[in-house]
Amino acid sequence: MLSLKFNNVYINDYDAIVGPNEIKGNTKNIKNVISDFYYDEKTFELAQIKMERNVIYNILKNNNLTNNNVDLIIGGDLSNQIACTSYSLDTFDISFLGMYGACSTFIESIIVASSLISNSNIKKAICLTANHNLVAERQFRYPVEYGALKNENATFTSTASVACLLSCKKGNIRVSKGTIGAVKKLGINDPNYVGAVMAPSCADAIYNHFINFNIKPNYYDLVLTGDLGSVGVSILKDYLKEEYNLDLKNIIDAGSKLYKTIEDINDGASGPATLPLYLFYNVLQNKKYKKILVVGTGALHSKTLVNQKEEIPSISHAIELEVLS
Amino acid sequence: MNKKDYKRLVDRYIKKPNYMHNIKVAFISGGLLGSICEIMYKLLIYLTPLSKVEASSLITFLMILITSFFTSIGIFDKFITKYRSGLIIPTTGFAHSVSSSLVDSKKEGLITGLGSNMFILAGSVVLYSTIAAFFLVIVKVIILCLV
Repeated sequence: MLSLKFNNVYINDYDAIVGPNEIKGNTKNIKNVISDFYYDEKTFELAQIKMERNVIYNILKNNNLTNNNVDLIIGGDLSNQIACTSYSLDTFDISFLGMYGACSTFIESIIVASSLISNSNIKKAICLTANHNLVAERQFRYPVEYGALKNENATFTSTASVACLLSCKKGNIRVSKGTIGAVKKLGINDPNYVGAVMAPSCADAIYNHFINFNIKPNYYDLVLTGDLGSVGVSILKDYLKEEYNLDLKNIIDAGSKLYKTIEDINDGASGPATLPLYLFYNVLQNKKYKKILVVGTGALHSKTLVNQKEEIPSISHAIELEVLS
Repeated sequence: MNKKDYKRLVDRYIKKPNYMHNIKVAFISGGLLGSICEIMYKLLIYLTPLSKVEASSLITFLMILITSFFTSIGIFDKFITKYRSGLIIPTTGFAHSVSSSLVDSKKEGLITGLGSNMFILAGSVVLYSTIAAFFLVIVKVIILCLV
């Protein structure tokens, strides 16, 4: 598995727009909230596009940047052909690389951006991701108003758009290492069990990261996983123990912690924006952790292949963040 | 770890749905809804000059109307989450699946949206109930011939 070291890559700023459920969850200091799922637009897809556009606007405005100062935007989302992200960027005239790694998209984007910055190919990049609960419901599950009973192991796609600015200018959060995961599947073909689908690839990425950099398990203050859910994180812990003989006690799963308790949400939040949302607006706000391993986990499932009874593959990518002050 | 061992690991943590609770709730809610329909049906026959066939058609029509209305204002799915599948037994399930698909695709055009997505969930019901009806009629004819 490929691991990379990055020199002089810092997260200088971040911004998020969240939905009505997410603001009530375990997050702090979020300024931009949408009060309803339409966000003054005609459709949910247009709402997500507007969220992504506004997040980029905010980043540019807060850092006094113009289109010419930013070299690259990297990102993606859950919608087919990452359409919402692509549609949101036509007003910026900034180079764009589209990424798809399901819920690991944000970490994948950070790895690519960090690599380009570390090699001095570019100076500033914005990583972007978003997910909208009802866009995902329509695409992956049932019509929005259809009252299918939710499986107790299924996760709930959150509504949020998150972006961060990466550059070589020194900041508080340093991106120092990254491990690019491999696709893995282990016999699960039920899309309700995405936690179980993603746990092996997540364990694989963590283990290979430790091996490649010769790191001891207690090196990190926190291992933050993406959206395994409460079932998935229990499976991950057991899998790490049984397969790699790794006993990690400081694992927190962003998905299972994002919400407090909200009706209809069974096993936690999911979606590519869940992990960065919890990372930026909870973990980094606490200032308790200095060395953090962030593992984005994605279930690469397609409705067509699930209907053809194929197993669901998954992928996970890991990055190491150092909080400097 | 092979697939078999992993499945065993996963089964340790997967939460199983509480079937007995669901069955109880669905039995009560479905029974109540059915009883209300039955009472309305009897009342219609008593109080109006409608025939049995007309009265039952009217009740069915009313149920479809109410379901579609509640679906369109976005509350019927919450009822189902609370009162389980008892609510979708008397034609209401069919109406709900059609109207929720319609609400979902209303912005995508009359042909490519509404037209092609209307039966996206109910299509299977239409197809397989037609096939079932066909075979049941054959069985009925055979039984009648034998008797």
